[in-house]
Order: sequence, then structure tokens, then C-alpha cells
Amino acid sequence: MTAPVTAGRRYAGAALDRVEGLDKVTGRAAYAADHRPADLVHAVAVPATIARGEVVQVDVDAMLKRPGVVAAIWHGNAPRLATSDEELAVLQSRRVAYRGQYVAVVVAETPEDAREAARTLRIEYVAEEHDVILRADHPRAYRPENVNAGHPSDTGQGDPDAALAAAPVVVDEEYGTPAEHNNPMEPHATIADWHGDGLIVHEPSQNVSGLRATLASLFGMPPGHVHVVSPHVGGGFGSKAKTLPHTILAALTAKQVGRPVKLALTRRQLFVATGYRTPTVQRVRLGAEPDGRLIAITHDAVMQSSTLSEFTEQTAVPSRVMYAAPHRRTTHRVVRLDVPTPSWMRAPGECPGMFALESAMDELAIACGVDPVELRVRNEPAAGPESGLPFSSRNLVACLREGARRFGWAGRDPRPGVRRRGRTLIGTGVAASTFPALRAPSSATVRAEPGGRYTVRIAAADIGTGARTVLTQIAADALGTAPAAVTVELGDSALPPAPVAGGSMGTASWGTAVVRACEELAARLEAAGGTVPDGGLEVTADTGREVRAQERYSRHAFGAQFAEVGVDADTGETRVLRLLGVFAAGRVLNPKTARSQFIGGMTMGLSMALLEESIMDGRFGDFLNCDLAQYHIAAHADVRDVQAYWLEEEDPHLNPMGSKGIGEIGIVGTAAAIANAVHHATGVRIRELPIRLDKLVR
Amino acid sequence: MRVHLTVNGRDETVDGVWEGESLLYVLRERMGLPGAKNACEQGECGSCTVYLDGLPVCACLVAAGQADGRRVRTVEGLADGGRLHPIQEAFVECGAVQCGFCTPGLLVQAHDLIERVGEPSDAEIREALAGNLCRCTGYEKILDAVRLAAARRGAARTGTEDRS
Ligand code: FES
Ligand code: FES
Repeated sequence: MTAPVTAGRRYAGAALDRVEGLDKVTGRAAYAADHRPADLVHAVAVPATIARGEVVQVDVDAMLKRPGVVAAIWHGNAPRLATSDEELAVLQSRRVAYRGQYVAVVVAETPEDAREAARTLRIEYVAEEHDVILRADHPRAYRPENVNAGHPSDTGQGDPDAALAAAPVVVDEEYGTPAEHNNPMEPHATIADWHGDGLIVHEPSQNVSGLRATLASLFGMPPGHVHVVSPHVGGGFGSKAKTLPHTILAALTAKQVGRPVKLALTRRQLFVATGYRTPTVQRVRLGAEPDGRLIAITHDAVMQSSTLSEFTEQTAVPSRVMYAAPHRRTTHRVVRLDVPTPSWMRAPGECPGMFALESAMDELAIACGVDPVELRVRNEPAAGPESGLPFSSRNLVACLREGARRFGWAGRDPRPGVRRRGRTLIGTGVAASTFPALRAPSSATVRAEPGGRYTVRIAAADIGTGARTVLTQIAADALGTAPAAVTVELGDSALPPAPVAGGSMGTASWGTAVVRACEELAARLEAAGGTVPDGGLEVTADTGREVRAQERYSRHAFGAQFAEVGVDADTGETRVLRLLGVFAAGRVLNPKTARSQFIGGMTMGLSMALLEESIMDGRFGDFLNCDLAQYHIAAHADVRDVQAYWLEEEDPHLNPMGSKGIGEIGIVGTAAAIANAVHHATGVRIRELPIRLDKLVR
Repeated sequence: MRVHLTVNGRDETVDGVWEGESLLYVLRERMGLPGAKNACEQGECGSCTVYLDGLPVCACLVAAGQADGRRVRTVEGLADGGRLHPIQEAFVECGAVQCGFCTPGLLVQAHDLIERVGEPSDAEIREALAGNLCRCTGYEKILDAVRLAAARRGAARTGTEDRS
């Protein structure tokens, strides 16, 4: 058993202002693309214009005759990289695996010369027939060994088919979610600079330690020779977690030309090789007693990946956790297409998977004539429905009850399509949210100076989450000092190695290491009579053993989201009038940054429900709507009223802070709550996102 | 070509500007003012918003030559010396800043709204800021920040008038 999580807390839980706020409101905060090293040259990546085939020849000589052009690099003249990972093997082969894959790079003295050179570079291809459209019945769909986060592809218990055949009430529907793009406001950009045998990379990264390791191995150097600098990251939502081709391209180019290189992707280029959420086709079957008690749940998901690597999202995994039922099955199938490899986007797996499950639950509520809140309460499991493990804490029911109270759910008339204000049809809907509360090993250093100041060093990332601020609070509590006495340094690979800002496990992982380092430092200071030696005192902690030894529990955050929508009866235009979420996510460490995380997630869920869809062009094999004019994300005027609340949740089985990650749960379930509300408003069930006018007007 | 600008109150001359270059490029790459951000370079996101002769514009859509002889004010020029403008303070206080990438553009746009309208209604705020995309905050706290800054600015003005 871990020590009580409330001991000695003064600042964790306080609404501290973001510590780097001043830098951000004065324009002083430096993002990667803001750097201008001397002697800089500009690189532009050249995308393949075929979706599958081979590059035969690139006219490098003609290019080099152009004024201002410094280099043109392709497979034929690129330096070799040490990797067998096709995803990382940039310019290492003639093969083209998807349209837009980088097949060359041109370098020039000015960005306009580089752009023009990239546009006019002559490349000869041999094109082959391509296949880029995902279908559930695709003949090449197969069962992967595992899905992401190490989950088994398929699981099952009992005999769901027989149970469904015999169930008094059955819902059996197919749901679809489209490809979506993360679109952080900051486009990816790399400035790569070699000094002797060392490489410095300015790059917005969610994972500086991981990026350092990957680059070092690609270029055959010890990790210490690579320095990734990333103090501020303009959002990522998963897209800046992996080592991406453009970073490798920039590093390789800088090496070749012997000058610092800037490679800044345009917004349109982000739609190709910086990752996206895979489209999904999902079938959910629910079998229930007439009172709504579940007898069987099956959830089958089909996703896509590229021919380069197998990336399979854990889409059906939330159905292993949410509800009790004796008979159950989940499966994942993947189709490898001639498309870019999908990647992580906020709540990968849980987000699309819960759209399907929570829509199906709404359909079941209607089929049974049971209130949708009540239906979920009735199917609350006593322990992990598949794992059998006890939940470290689970307050879904409390979230549903509290949300219903705040939203004014009581007395809701379940009939669809009967509320009207002028031309507007009004409806309300609910859905549950969930996200795992994980932790990864991390290290951290804390240093005390004689004057009473402390510095925490950790290769964590603050991508807008508030990590710098929250780690400051955590350290202040663990040291028994004020936040103003603590400086947190992060976003730099020279700092003690730390895991990715992803999987909603950043604060839990980094915070544990910070607490352990601070505890050790405090003990050493006490042993030394309380005085800091002249040279300062420094302690490093590594939580590998602690994290690996943690007890087995099912650890998840839960939440409930309620939506009210207005749908124009004539045009089908849908507006979310109100969105209210209640979450149970352990101890909230900073209400100010936490509320922003929840509301930001819910708003991205609103955006997913109504707007976001990357449309694959079957003929040419790329995404058609590849800018912000055509790929819409929610703007200020789309958002009317979004509120987030949380319950106090004491959970002693998590980490020294007692916290669960909150970066992703806000987007889980939102789209289902909205689609359920749209059904309540109009009587039309939208099973394929986004909820567009043409799907509502028949 | 050569371009003269007054940027944040200082006269600047830039040589060697290419005809196709944007004001945003000149500010960021030639003048060392990276506050205004490049997030789309085609007028869709508002991250590059700056004042041009007192009007907020997308600096990515203004050709540098068009700005010749005119006044530009960027996020770096919103504070009065060391004193932040109320909108800058309110953004930090209300939690309207997360990753901060949309922030410089939003601050200029919100600054303009408050200076022009005084105390805008919620609908006016949402409409005025609809061209400035933010992927992090969900906009609620930005709304709070504008309300707070407008109220404080109003109070400060009344205070000044009372004293005079
Ligand atoms: S960068 Fe100018 S509007 Fe997006
Ligand atoms: S704070 Fe990140 S885009 Fe607005």
C-alpha cells in the first residue's frame, strides 16, 4: 500500500498560473521555427506524386544549375542510415509507399528558392496500381498479433453468439469514424545543425528522449551526441510523439550540406506525413434483458495502416472495461493500404471506440425503454469485466449522477423529434468517458542551491498541458518550499531521460520521479544538518523499479458527458448548445490547467462530432481537404457553452500525487453524447461521423 | 527591394526584400520578431495577426511591399514598456494560454476588440475571435480573459476620468 496521497500538500491542488505564461503573452517564448542560426539554409521536402511504385530518376544536375540551390538529395545520392525500420528509412529506397512520401529534398539559400526548386524538380516514376480505401470486408484485412499499447487483438468470454441469438433485446449496428488530423496550431518544423560529430535539433517534440535515441541510432552515434531542444511545443495531441520523416530528412540534409538546415512543413504538408487518426469501421452488438441488463457485448473494429508498418489502434479495448456482461468478444482487424501510416491522435482507440459503444448504448436504452443514464448505472461492473482485476477507483456512476444533476437531466422526455424552438429541433444526449491511468519509468534530478533555490531537471515536455507548472507545484510540496523557489527545466534531451508526453501518463510518470528525487534530497539535507553545501546538492531518482513493481489493478479515469443540441429543421445545421462533463480522475493537481485540459478535450470532441473528416481521394491516393479552409476545426463561434467539473477522488494505488491523466479523457465520449442528442432532437441516428447536414436532411 | 516600416514604434528599413515576400516573413525572419506565428500561411488561422495602421490583419496575407511606409504593431509591442496590457494579464490569469501558439494572434485581435468596443458582449467576442483558431483551450477561457480584461480596462478608464 502506498502512503496516503494528501500528506504534506500545499501547492498541489492550487490554481497556480502557468509559469511560462508571461513568455507566451509577450511573444518571447521561442518555438522551434523561431530559431535563426547563422549561415542557415532552407530545405523543402519533395513529395511523391504517385501512391505506389518506384522512383526511377531525379534530375539533380538541372536543379543544381539553378541560382540559390545548394543541394538536391534523393535515394541516389543520400547518405545511408542505419535502420531496418521502413518508417525511418527516409530516402533509403526507390519504393514509394504512399502519395506524398518524401522522395527528395532540395536545399537553397532562401525559402522561396527552395520552394520553387521543390516545385520544379523533375522526377521520373514507375507507377503501380494503388489501393487506398478502407472497407470492413477488404480481402486483405487480417488479425494483427497485438494492437497498440500491447493489448491482445482479440478477447472473448462465454458464448456471445448464442447469447445474442437468445437475448430478448438486441442492438446490432455498424459505426464509422473518418480519418482525422491532429492539426496542432504549430506546424512541425526542424532546424538541424551538425557540430563536428554532434547533431543539434530544434524540433517541437512530445518525446525528446525518444527522439534523441532514434536519431542517434539512425546516424550511428552515441545518444549523447544528439541534442534535441524543445522548450515550447505549440500543441501536438500525439502528432509530435514519434520520430517523423521530416526530422530525419532535415538531419540528413544538414549533414550532407554541412550547414544548419531549416525544414518547416506547411499546413498542407502536415496532412501527409505527420500522422493522423485511422478511419474505423466498427460493429457493435449488444444483447440485453428487457430491463437493459447486458447479457452480451461484441465489438469488432477494422482499421487501416500503411504498407510500411503495422500501426493498429486499440479501438475496441474500451469495451473490455466499460460494462458487465457474461458473454463478450472484441476483435481488431487491420488492412495495410497504400496510405501514410496513421499515428496517435488524442485518445487513440478510446476516442473512436467509445463513439461506437456509447452510441450503441443509447440505441439499447431506447430499445429497452430505459433512461440512458440508468442503463449505464445498471451495467456497472464490480471489477474489470474482462481482466477480473479490482478497479483502483471507479466513479463512473457518481459522474453520471452528478452530471445529470448539474445538466438538469431529470424528467427528460425520451421521445425523439418532439421539442422545437422556432425552426430548431432540440435534443439532449449522454455518453460515458474513460481513459487508462498509466505510468512509465522516468528519471529526474533536483538540485538545491545554498540560497534556498531549487532546480528540477527532467526531459519531460510541456505541449500546452501545464506540465512545467504542475511539476513545479509537485516539487514545491515534496521539498516543503514555495513554487516561486523552484525552477523546472524540461523540453531538452540533455536533461535526465523521461517518457513521452502521451497516453495521459506524463504527469504521473514525471511527477513520481520528481517526488522521489525531492524526497531523497530532503533526506540528504536533513542528514547534513539542514544546510546546503556551498557547491549545492543534487539528487537523481529513477522510478524504473517502483513502476515495474506496482500492484496489479485496473486503473482508469472515468467521466460522463451531457450535450444539448439544436438542429435546424430545414437545413440540418447542428449546433451544440451546451456541453457538460463531469470527470473522476484522481486528485486534480491544478484546477486552472486541468479545466483547460478537460474543456479543450471536449471541444475537440465537439469538433470531431460535427466537423472533422479527412477525405481520401481514391483516384490519386491523398487527402483532398488538406488545409484549415477545408478541414474544419471548431472555431470560437462554434462553441457556445462548455463546462467541465470533477469529483474529488482518493485513489491510493496510483502514484505519490494520487493523480490520473486528464489530457485525453475529455475527448472520449463527446461525439457519442452529441450524436445521441442529435437523435433525440431529430429521430435520425448518425452512425458515421461527422454529423453533416446531408446526413440529417433526407 | 527596400521596405520602410514603423514596427512597435521604431523605424525600420529592410533591404533585399523579394516581391513575393509576406509581411509575416519580414517580421519573423528579417527583423527578429518571431512573436507573430506562421501556422497556415494562407489566411485561415489568425496566428499571424498584427496591427497594420491600427487594423488587425493576417500578416501572412499582406505583401511586404504593401506595408511599406506603414505602422505595424505586433504582440511584442502590446505591453507598455514593462507593463503588460490588461488583455495579456488576463490571458495568463484566466488560463487562456495553453501551448501558446495561437496566443500572439489572439492577443492582438482581442486587444483590438477591447480598444474598439470597450465591453463587448459574449456574442461579439465569439464572432470577433472566430478567425483565430485555437486547438488547445476550447475557447471558454479565452472568452473569460476578454471579459475580465474589458471589465478592468473599463474600470481603469472610469477611474482615470474620475481623477481628472
Ligand atoms: S498564418 Fe496567417 S492566417 Fe494562418
Ligand atoms: S493555446 Fe494552443 S492553440 Fe491555442
